[in-house]
Amino acid sequence: MSYTKNSQNIYKSRYLFKRRLALLTALISIAFLAIAGRFFYLQIFKYDFYKGLSENNRIAVIPNVPNRGLILDRNGIVMADNYFVYSLEITPSKVSNLNKTIDNLKPIVEFSAGDLKQFKKILKESSSLDSIPIRTHLSETEAARFAANKLQFEGVEIKSRLFRRYPKGAFASHLIGHINRINEEDKEIIKKLGWQQNYKGTDSIGKLGIEKYYEAKLHGTTGFQEVEIDANGNSIRILNSTPSIEGDAITLSIDSNLQEIAENAFNKYRGALVALNPKNGEVLAFVSRPNFDPNQFVGGIDVDEWKVLNESLDKPMLNRAINGLYPPGSTIKPFVALAALENDIRKPPFNINDPGFFTLPNSGHTYKDWKPYGHGVVDMVMAITISCDTFFYGLGIELGIKKLSEFLSRFGFGETTHIDMFGENAGLLPSPEWKQKRYKQPWYLGETVITSIGQGYTLVTPMQLAQAVATIANGGLMIQPRLIQSIKNNQTGKIETFKNKIIRELHFKPENLALVKEGMMNVTEPGGTAASVGAGASYKMAAKTGTAQVVEMKRNQKYDPNRMNERHRDHALFIAYAPAEDPTIAVAIIVENGGHGGSTAGPIARKLMDYYLLKKITVSKENNKAASLESEYHD
Amino acid sequence: MLERLLLRLQKNIDSTLMVFISSALVVGLFTLYSASGRNIILVLNQLFYIGLGFILLWVTAKIHPKYFQKLALPIYIAGLLLLFGVMFFGQSSHGAKRWLNLGLFKMQPSEIMRIAVPIAMAWYLSKRENKRHAIDYVIASLFFILPVILIINQPDLGTGLLIAASGFYILFLAGLNWKFIVGGGIGLFSLTPFIWTHLHDYQKNRVLILLDPSQDPLGSGYHTIQSSIAMGSGGLIGKGWLNGSQGQLDFLPERTTDFIFAIFSEEFGLLGNLLLLGLYGLIIGRSLMIASQAKNTFTRLLAANIGLTFFTYIFINIAMVSGIMPVVGVPLPLISFGGTSMTIILISFGILMSVHSHKELVGSS
Repeated sequence: MSYTKNSQNIYKSRYLFKRRLALLTALISIAFLAIAGRFFYLQIFKYDFYKGLSENNRIAVIPNVPNRGLILDRNGIVMADNYFVYSLEITPSKVSNLNKTIDNLKPIVEFSAGDLKQFKKILKESSSLDSIPIRTHLSETEAARFAANKLQFEGVEIKSRLFRRYPKGAFASHLIGHINRINEEDKEIIKKLGWQQNYKGTDSIGKLGIEKYYEAKLHGTTGFQEVEIDANGNSIRILNSTPSIEGDAITLSIDSNLQEIAENAFNKYRGALVALNPKNGEVLAFVSRPNFDPNQFVGGIDVDEWKVLNESLDKPMLNRAINGLYPPGSTIKPFVALAALENDIRKPPFNINDPGFFTLPNSGHTYKDWKPYGHGVVDMVMAITISCDTFFYGLGIELGIKKLSEFLSRFGFGETTHIDMFGENAGLLPSPEWKQKRYKQPWYLGETVITSIGQGYTLVTPMQLAQAVATIANGGLMIQPRLIQSIKNNQTGKIETFKNKIIRELHFKPENLALVKEGMMNVTEPGGTAASVGAGASYKMAAKTGTAQVVEMKRNQKYDPNRMNERHRDHALFIAYAPAEDPTIAVAIIVENGGHGGSTAGPIARKLMDYYLLKKITVSKENNKAASLESEYHD
Repeated sequence: MLERLLLRLQKNIDSTLMVFISSALVVGLFTLYSASGRNIILVLNQLFYIGLGFILLWVTAKIHPKYFQKLALPIYIAGLLLLFGVMFFGQSSHGAKRWLNLGLFKMQPSEIMRIAVPIAMAWYLSKRENKRHAIDYVIASLFFILPVILIINQPDLGTGLLIAASGFYILFLAGLNWKFIVGGGIGLFSLTPFIWTHLHDYQKNRVLILLDPSQDPLGSGYHTIQSSIAMGSGGLIGKGWLNGSQGQLDFLPERTTDFIFAIFSEEFGLLGNLLLLGLYGLIIGRSLMIASQAKNTFTRLLAANIGLTFFTYIFINIAMVSGIMPVVGVPLPLISFGGTSMTIILISFGILMSVHSHKELVGSS
């Protein structure tokens, strides 16, 4: 490039620069003019308007907190609703001496020590601009008395606040859950989800159960009011208002009549029950005992009340249905039997001779059957019916832990059921890999032996057990369990219903499944371990009893429930479905320290199914006695 | 003796620009005192940063522009590495990852890029001055596109867009063909739906709210409504210093930083606004004049960019406060409270003065 061309270029680029800079300068001037125009508009043209808003008045934007959506059972019975209460509230920023104000209020409205404690707690967590309740549930008289004295209390006012109510109290509390005041942790979550705008003015949020899982639906949309207020904070007029939109109404699949029967049947026992419709995964009853009263939590639970709940040995806050971990005991046997059949381990006629014990090959270690001298010749169906341990010991060894573990995992053991509730436990399905990882130890054959009868490491939740038995009832089609049936949008009136979600199809050979089902059907027939449960029923119930050890027995020590600490007694388990030919209900029950599955858990199932299938409430005691068998006290 | 010392201190400092800047800073301190509810600590704090900024300005003004040119690439690369550092080791705060913890202090690398990007682009385009092809503009564009993507990702849309704007100014002033400008404009416009779907919900909200502030009177709309009331009620001559009722009450959020102009506007009215706007206009005008007098492409582009970026900040902030643009977190230069932005602005004026005072030498070198 020649020198001249170069300098020409430089000249050219400089000229171009100046021209473009001039253009930008012109644009800047236009931009400044536009801004100046905006100033004119706001400060001259709209001056009177804004002066009016500003000088004597201020605008306050008040959120309209929406009504929380209702929770209903499948029959439309209300499980959670809202009501208005008068509450006396203080806005700290408007009060010059907070302690003095509170003292002055005392003769007018009564406070308990708990009220003041709660107030101070909220005060710490809130901004001084917030209005903080110091007493809720004011009586009419108290409200009137305060109104008469209102003038001396600047920054104190009576507001009507919406309160959540659980009309049935502790009933189904683990299912419904509860709401409680929003804490720091909740605030983080609200922020993360981008819900801040919609939660302005909202002070409570779902903490457990349905209330938590469907928070986004139940909360609704916050409205607002732009209010002109004078220097004293009195509102003069509403400038602009957008109503709030009530939260969606949630209809659960739960049948509260059935739920009630189940809860009552538990009586004083601890435990859990899950009843499902195997055809669509709808949860019909969901019990965790003992329960708690969710009403205690609304508006913040009292410290002492919380202490009682939290420190109780009975753990009323534990949701046993999805979080309780229990050894499945003999309820695992139908699944183990199916595993053997599907893996072609046992062929017809499947007979073994049970001498009352099983000897582990090449070790000589023996494992006892629950029946001292054995059951004699036992086939596959019989083994389930009478819950023959010896039969399953050998079966487990032949099958091997790997195949057993893999097969059980197909039923959902060791994974969550993905029910619409937070915090579900996945349980524990042991395998050699798991043991190596967990204990850095190899798997022993003896562990396979006890795994085959549901002892050892295996842990299940009642929810998993219910899903597994529903899958058998449903011929191998595994459907995700759900508590929700429909959601009604209160703005559009549209009702959203939920489709069945198939988790997987377990393709079993029909003849194998039929064999296992036959065994389970015979369980409630005379001779079965739960003969009394099925006695006199006009429908056929397929079932399996189970007992899970809570404390390990010493060798030669005899299990005697009457001489033991109540909390050391065995857990009673029971899984069932009915009618056996075309099941519409499947249930899993665990009664903690309830002893034998057939005698404590079984009758609960019977009551449940009688109601569900026949709308009959109780089973008479006579019926129960008739078919009582020795085998009842074992399994 | 004293006279000589003063003369030496004054050397390289453009007194015209210095008078304008100082006037704006004085206005700022008075406004800040009022906006902070007469918080003298805050004002002293700001004064400290102004002092620090003046020292840095003075030092920068003494540095010959050829050193900026030499250091352009290393500074840029260092800044870019720090940005990547933020991505991997950054500290999160308020949902954004913008800070690097360097033990002694926390830094925000995107602030460095505000200076590093224009210097690097000016360096590159001036280097290719005589043999520039279309591809050079593409390469130069990458100098700002890469950091902008990283910064928007943090997410810090405000700073990202400001750096993008400053990149565009350099391309434009360096002579980017109109065909590309128009084409790029159309391209960007057609990308709008794509960009829209990739915005965060809160960012979308801000744009929607601008169209109708009453949509969200509790959130971003609240800022706009309250600042409009503050401005509008200021009227022609304002309510007087320390007398703005809107500002003195708790109604206006972020009133010492992004929304400080609403306070100024309420207390000094339309006349005050126009005077401040005029003062800003003088600073911008002086900057652009320095740019047009600069002797080579590098200093020309750099100087012009400083003036234009300064304008962009002012425009976005005022437009946002007076409700004609969405709420983005951009401070009002020389007025808003904030140490980093204050020192960065004063350093950039130092660069401007260096360009001005060294122009003869640059021209002959």
